[in-house]
Amino acid sequence: MNKDLNKVRTMADFAEKGESPEVLFWVGCAGSFDDRYKRVTKAFVKILNHLNIQFAVLGTEESCTGDPARRAGNEFLFQMQAMNNIQILNSYHIKKIVTACPHCFNIIKNEYPELGGNYEVLHHSVFIQQLIDDGKLKPSDNNAFKGVKITYHDSCYLGRANNIYQAPRRLLESLDADLVEMKRCRTKGLCCGAGGAQMFKEPEKGKKDINIERTEEALETGAKTIASACPFCMTMLTDGVKNKEKEEEIKVLDLAEIIAKAENL
Amino acid sequence: MFVLQIILFFIVIGTTGYFLIRRIRRIRSNIRLGRKIDRKDHPSKRWKNVLLVAFGQKKMFKKPIPALLHIMIYIGFLVINIEVLEFILDGLTGSHRIIGQWLQGIGAFEFYHILMNTFEFLAILVILSCLFFLIRRNVLKVQRFTGEEMTSWPKLDGNLILIFEIILMIAILKMNGADQVLQSRNVEGYPETGSLFFSKTLFFGFYSKYQTDFVVVVERVAWWFHILGIFGFAIYITYSKHLHIVLAFFNTYFAKLEPAGKMDNMPEVTNEVKMMLGIANETPQEQPTEIPRLGAKDINDLHWKNIMDAYTCTECGRCTSECPANLTGKKLSPRKIMMDVRDRAEEIGESLRRGGKGFEDGKSLLGDFISKEEILACTSCNACVEACPVLIDPLSIILQIRRYMAMEESSSPQSWNSMFSNIETNFAPWKFAPSDRFNWSKE
Repeated sequence: MNKDLNKVRTMADFAEKGESPEVLFWVGCAGSFDDRYKRVTKAFVKILNHLNIQFAVLGTEESCTGDPARRAGNEFLFQMQAMNNIQILNSYHIKKIVTACPHCFNIIKNEYPELGGNYEVLHHSVFIQQLIDDGKLKPSDNNAFKGVKITYHDSCYLGRANNIYQAPRRLLESLDADLVEMKRCRTKGLCCGAGGAQMFKEPEKGKKDINIERTEEALETGAKTIASACPFCMTMLTDGVKNKEKEEEIKVLDLAEIIAKAENL
Repeated sequence: MFVLQIILFFIVIGTTGYFLIRRIRRIRSNIRLGRKIDRKDHPSKRWKNVLLVAFGQKKMFKKPIPALLHIMIYIGFLVINIEVLEFILDGLTGSHRIIGQWLQGIGAFEFYHILMNTFEFLAILVILSCLFFLIRRNVLKVQRFTGEEMTSWPKLDGNLILIFEIILMIAILKMNGADQVLQSRNVEGYPETGSLFFSKTLFFGFYSKYQTDFVVVVERVAWWFHILGIFGFAIYITYSKHLHIVLAFFNTYFAKLEPAGKMDNMPEVTNEVKMMLGIANETPQEQPTEIPRLGAKDINDLHWKNIMDAYTCTECGRCTSECPANLTGKKLSPRKIMMDVRDRAEEIGESLRRGGKGFEDGKSLLGDFISKEEILACTSCNACVEACPVLIDPLSIILQIRRYMAMEESSSPQSWNSMFSNIETNFAPWKFAPSDRFNWSKE
């Protein structure tokens, strides 16, 4: 049986057929529009299909969560976005959401409830780790990352913001990868420089860009693969690696891409 | 002489109480300049924070060496306060070592002996720790004690506290040393304490060379010096960064319990947005007569916990040393934000008490104390919040000021305004057509 690993159904499609998915995959703006992050979206879709998980996306009904607007101070715009999204999610009776973006994850999980949106929200790192724990996903002993030195960059919105430090690491350990930590990690992990809507403006005057500082720490570990779990971190670290002219030898990969590659998807 | 001492003590303790209570009331009213916010839910979780973070100093141990030195001073402070209780009782009744005499009376003399020796041991540890801290500040020049906001007063304040503590501890040891000389000479009014190791080693030999009259004076002077020092120090700390020794307990109790990533909602905006979208408000709220300012420009726009945070800050700089913006040379320093909030709260509070202009003084927190450049440099990464040993939240203040800049002043940077209009028209922060959002599935 040759199943289509790239198959994606929208929520509208499910609703039309009177079906409901196990989980809604919230793709996010970066996952929908950013060329690099679209590859992460597709990798995650492959994992979901590979494991026969019934999932849906909102497609064109999805809209920015409002995170950058809120972090930049524009509460009106954030709440407009949030209310519209909540109306759509509630109209489909969504219960469970998974997303590959820590910013979407944080805001839907922590900030939508006050505006009437109550869902079980998971970041894809936790979602995948649960699949591994449940024995549904069993990385092979000879996967492409076995023994490969990988360093994991903590996303602030997963780590300090939501205390998720273990899931991404356990996921990499399940591949038998050689996980090496940067000088600053976990609760002390250094931001990539893009949070708080910095992604959408030039940095303030300073002596160095934050992503360069962080990239240097990642390079110091000697790992050739930098694992990230956030679209903004991905952009910042990829730029940092390019700045150091190391893009040929150092790869910045999302956890979903690493799992998909390990599973030969 | 005896009666005179009691009278004098009453005057001293009364005056101290007066100044202390007045100052506490002022700080409390300054904290209350902030908006209301409910921080009384889940009391058991809050007590847990007090026990672990304030009493247990859990977060200090991220840096083991200062944590160890700090905990010695902290335990010294807590335990030696039992002796201060005896000092006060003695002062009020004109007795000497009233607890000691009472313990002797019930046959627990040895307990007092051990207690006194413990106090002295802790006093020595406090002196050593303070010396190490002075060296770290002034000789090793630990980097986090420097920075733009660490001007002459904060630096002097840090050193004065340490010197003060050393002198107070020496006074205890001198007093006990002289006391033991008097005991050995069977002078009346100096009940047996048993041999006290540190004071005996350090001061007994020295004072035993002098005549009894002189040693009595030394003992009395040291006693008065210590108790006056304690009272003076108590008043001093209310004007100093050292206030954390009290406020840390309150501050950890009232700390935010939700995930650090969660921003406070603005219900006043929710109401308006619901009206705009035509969503019925299930819980109709009374329309406030005066529309509050959106976001924070000054102290009264912040909530009271932000101001309590500022009074709790002991300027250790752990926040700033972890801040990615500060590390890469940007102007932002979370510690400075906290110090600015406290300075502005003091300034406004003082002005209001004197019938001055208060908030109408033509100044504001944003602009005169904190610059936009600082506020714009924040990545909201929560490193400062995580680093603080007493659960101070500088990020909350920064984000509230951003709200003022975006919604009241419309002074956000141009690129943010573009991002806003992209979200408004394209429902994404970048300029992509919303109809293209699902194209990735076909590529």
